[in-house]
Amino acid sequence: MNKEHYDKLKEIVKVYLPEDVSVEAITEESNFTQELNINSANLVDIILDVEDEFDIMLENDDMNEMQTVKDALKIIEQKLQEKEN
Amino acid sequence: MEDRVVITGLGVCAPNGTGLKEFTESLEKGISGISFQPDLADLNFGCQIAGKPTVDNDLLKNYFSDLQLKDLKASGLVYGVIAGMDAWNDAGLTRAEREQPEWDNGVMFGTGVSGVDKFRDSVYLIDDKNVRRLGSTTVIQTMASGISAYLGGILGAGNQVTTNSSACTTGTESILMAFERIKYGKAKRILAGSTSDSGPYVWGGFDAMRILPRKYNDNPTQASRPMSATAAGFVPGSGAGALVLESLDSALKRNAHIYAEVLGGHINSGGQTGEGSMTAPNSEAVQRCIKQAMKDANVQPTAIDSINGHLTATTKDSLEIENWSKALERKGVDFPYVNSFKSLFGHCLSAAGSIECIGAVLQFQENKIFGNINCEDIHPSIASLIAQNKIPQKTIDFAPEITAKASFGFGDVNACVIFKRYKK
Repeated sequence: MNKEHYDKLKEIVKVYLPEDVSVEAITEESNFTQELNINSANLVDIILDVEDEFDIMLENDDMNEMQTVKDALKIIEQKLQEKEN
Repeated sequence: MEDRVVITGLGVCAPNGTGLKEFTESLEKGISGISFQPDLADLNFGCQIAGKPTVDNDLLKNYFSDLQLKDLKASGLVYGVIAGMDAWNDAGLTRAEREQPEWDNGVMFGTGVSGVDKFRDSVYLIDDKNVRRLGSTTVIQTMASGISAYLGGILGAGNQVTTNSSACTTGTESILMAFERIKYGKAKRILAGSTSDSGPYVWGGFDAMRILPRKYNDNPTQASRPMSATAAGFVPGSGAGALVLESLDSALKRNAHIYAEVLGGHINSGGQTGEGSMTAPNSEAVQRCIKQAMKDANVQPTAIDSINGHLTATTKDSLEIENWSKALERKGVDFPYVNSFKSLFGHCLSAAGSIECIGAVLQFQENKIFGNINCEDIHPSIASLIAQNKIPQKTIDFAPEITAKASFGFGDVNACVIFKRYKK
């Protein structure tokens, strides 16, 4: 896992946490909607923030696969690599 | 049996005061909230002045979470939430527990448009084939009922939650809609009011119609001149006003502070017939609206001791005074005191009715009639109808008992509400 990317993602996700969920609750395994209780409408915003932060573009399929923090990190790495190639 | 309806909470976000204290002081001292707007000047507006509430970031944080503030670009939502939450707190009410809605509490909060700046951003993104970048809040910021939806959620309201829209009568209409719902026992408490966005995209159309003053860009506080011979058009305004309407029973049970009683009112339209048009009122309808309001409230014309007019500072002000005079069958020294708060904050469009109703209700509390500024030169046709001392140039000591307040709007629509000082 890329620590720098993980920290950046945490910063993004933090904003969308409900009041009763703290930043400490975020782990690699966290499911965005089921465990972190993030409003599913806000997943759209998280994706836009990820695109802006990492200067990548996510496709509809990527969005569907992005259930957990780990999924998101995987997609981010993949897109960054595609960009380099 | 019909319930009596009283006002138990007020909240305001006006160009000359955010919060009741500042607003009351501004009305009493004649402090104007109209100022030069650099963005309107940059965009080559003829009228480069407006009334816009001052809302800084620290204040915003008292009302919105960081998440709500993210990409929030709907000024009307901001003003409406501030006014609405203030009114609810002022009434001594709290929000519902999350588990269950409060079935007896509703929201009737009007607006003309919502989130025009957000809508503008969206249009650019969509035209750029970038609809996927709109984010999740475009709909709730730009739907007309965004404001009632926001407030309904904050309150946990379980009764009717809706947004009304009737141009510049919107705010007064929302109060009367709430009044009727409570009167007929369908709700106990309703947060009523209205809001209006700020900015060039709201005001531009009026500038294009050439109905805004163009000669006061260097002298903003003198621009809004209701009832004056030199009235040059209305100054565009914005903001929000909120009132908690409550059944008298409920208010007494809670031992709530009661600002005033809503005795009744009337809403009608001139149907754009006769002299009435999309932009001009049919006088017969205006007079009928006032008369029917008095009938609904069961008060005689002679009982009305104060009027808060619509009086926007256009050539129609004289006609409005004439209509009041005919409807009340009173003139000269027999005419009630009359004022227009628009001299201090301009015409707040869909928010005008609610903000001005709050001012009218505050007059009971303060035992004052707040003064009109910028009408030292009363229009001759107004001066020929009513005594000049009935148009106070400065705030006077007077304890009003019954106030009639009217609002009129594009589409030839009218609303008139009758407020009464509450006595135990």
